[in-house]
Amino acid sequence: MAYTVHVDLVSAEEKIHSGPAEMVFAPTLSGEVGILPHHAPMLTLMRAGDVRIVQPAGTVVSFFVSGGILDVQPDGVTLLSDTVLRAEDIDAAEAEEARQLAERAMKGERETLAYSEAYAQLTEALAKLRVVRLMRIKQGDG
Amino acid sequence: MLSLKDLRLRITSVKSTRKITSAMKMVAASKLRRAQAAAESARPFAQRMERMLGTLAASLAGQSGAPRLLAGSGRDRVHLIVMVTADRGLCGGFNSSIVREVRRMTGDLLAEGKQVKILPVGRKGREQIRRDYGAHLIDGFEQLGRRGITFPEADQVANAVTALFEAEEFDVCTVVYNRFQSAIAQVVTRQQLIPFPLSAEPQREFGGARAVTEFEPNEEDILAYLVPRNLAVQMFRSMLESQASEQGARMTAMDNATRNAGDMINRLTMQYNRSRQAQITKELIEIISGAEAL
Repeated sequence: MAYTVHVDLVSAEEKIHSGPAEMVFAPTLSGEVGILPHHAPMLTLMRAGDVRIVQPAGTVVSFFVSGGILDVQPDGVTLLSDTVLRAEDIDAAEAEEARQLAERAMKGERETLAYSEAYAQLTEALAKLRVVRLMRIKQGDG
Repeated sequence: MLSLKDLRLRITSVKSTRKITSAMKMVAASKLRRAQAAAESARPFAQRMERMLGTLAASLAGQSGAPRLLAGSGRDRVHLIVMVTADRGLCGGFNSSIVREVRRMTGDLLAEGKQVKILPVGRKGREQIRRDYGAHLIDGFEQLGRRGITFPEADQVANAVTALFEAEEFDVCTVVYNRFQSAIAQVVTRQQLIPFPLSAEPQREFGGARAVTEFEPNEEDILAYLVPRNLAVQMFRSMLESQASEQGARMTAMDNATRNAGDMINRLTMQYNRSRQAQITKELIEIISGAEAL
C-alpha cells in the first residue's frame, strides 16, 4: 500500500477538503511544490493558484486558492487560504472577463498602485482559468 | 376598572403582539441554526492559524524580529476597546451586558490614568454607550453581516484596527463580545488582540525531538503575512460568536415574551368574563326588582 499523508484545505469560512492523499501540489511564492508523505516540516506562503490533491484511489481533486499558507507537519499538511474554490464552482466566463479587464487596466500603467492591483487580479484570473482547464482535460480523458 | 369594550381591545392588541413575538422567535431560531453552523465551520481555520503562530513564535523566541502587531508597541497608555454588539434590539440583555462590561472596563482604565477609545461594531452598543462615554467613541461599523458575517467584512474591521495601530492611535487592543454557549447562555468575553497573547501551549513532540520546521522564504516574511491575517481571523471569530449569541438571546427573549403575552391574555379574558357576568347579574337584578315594585 502506498504511503499517504493527511491533507486539510481550510478557507476562512469553512473546511473545504480533508482526507488522505498520495501527493499534494501547491503554488508557493517560489514556485509550485509537490509534497509527498514524510515530507520535512515546512511553513511557507502560497500565491494565488491551483492546488491539486492526488487521492489514494488515483483521482485528482483541484481547487483554486487566493494565496495563503502551506504548513507541512509530521501529522499532516494544512493549507490555509482566505478564499478556496472547488474547480467545479469556478465561473470560467467570469474569470475570463476579469482577465481581460485586468489586462486592459495594465496597459499604459507602470509601477503604480493601480498596476499592482490589476496585476494581482490578473494572476488570480489566470489561476482560476488554469484550474478550469485542468478539470476539462481530466473530464475529456474519462 | 376597564369597561368591557376596553378589555376586548386590550385582548386583541395583546394577541397580535403575541403573534409578532412568536414569529420573531421562529425567525431567530432558524437564524441561530445558521449562525451556529457558520461559527463552527470557521473554527478550524482559527485553530490552525493559532498553531502556526505558535510554531513561528517558538522559533523566533528570543529574537527581536517580531512584528509590532504581535508584540505591541511596548506601552499600554492608550487602550482601544472593540465593542461587538447587534444592530437591533429585542434580544434581552444581549447588548446591555456588553455595554455594561465596556463601561466598567472604561471606568477602570480611566481610573488608572489610561486613555480609552471605543470602536463600536453594531448600532445598539454605540447608542447605549454614547451617554456615558460619548467622548471616547470613534468611528465604528454598522450593518455588518445582515446575511451572516463574511470574512471580508471582518477583514474590513481588522484593517481599520491595524490602520489605527499604525497611526499610533492606541497601544493595547481588546475586543469585547458575547461568546456563544447555548441558546440561553451567552458569556461576555474580553479578548486581547494587540499585543497578541500566544497560548503557552508546549510544542508537540515527535519521537522525543521537536520537529524542526523549515521556513520559506523566512520567518519574518511569514509572520508579516500571518499576523494581520490572524487579527482578521480573531475578529471574524468574535463577530460570528456574537451573531450566534444575538440570535440565541433573541430567541430566548421572544420565547419569554410570547409566554408572558399568553399569561396576560388569560388574565384579561378572565377579567372580561367576570365583568360581563357581573353586568348581566346587575341587569337581572334591576329587571326583577323593577317587576317586584309593580
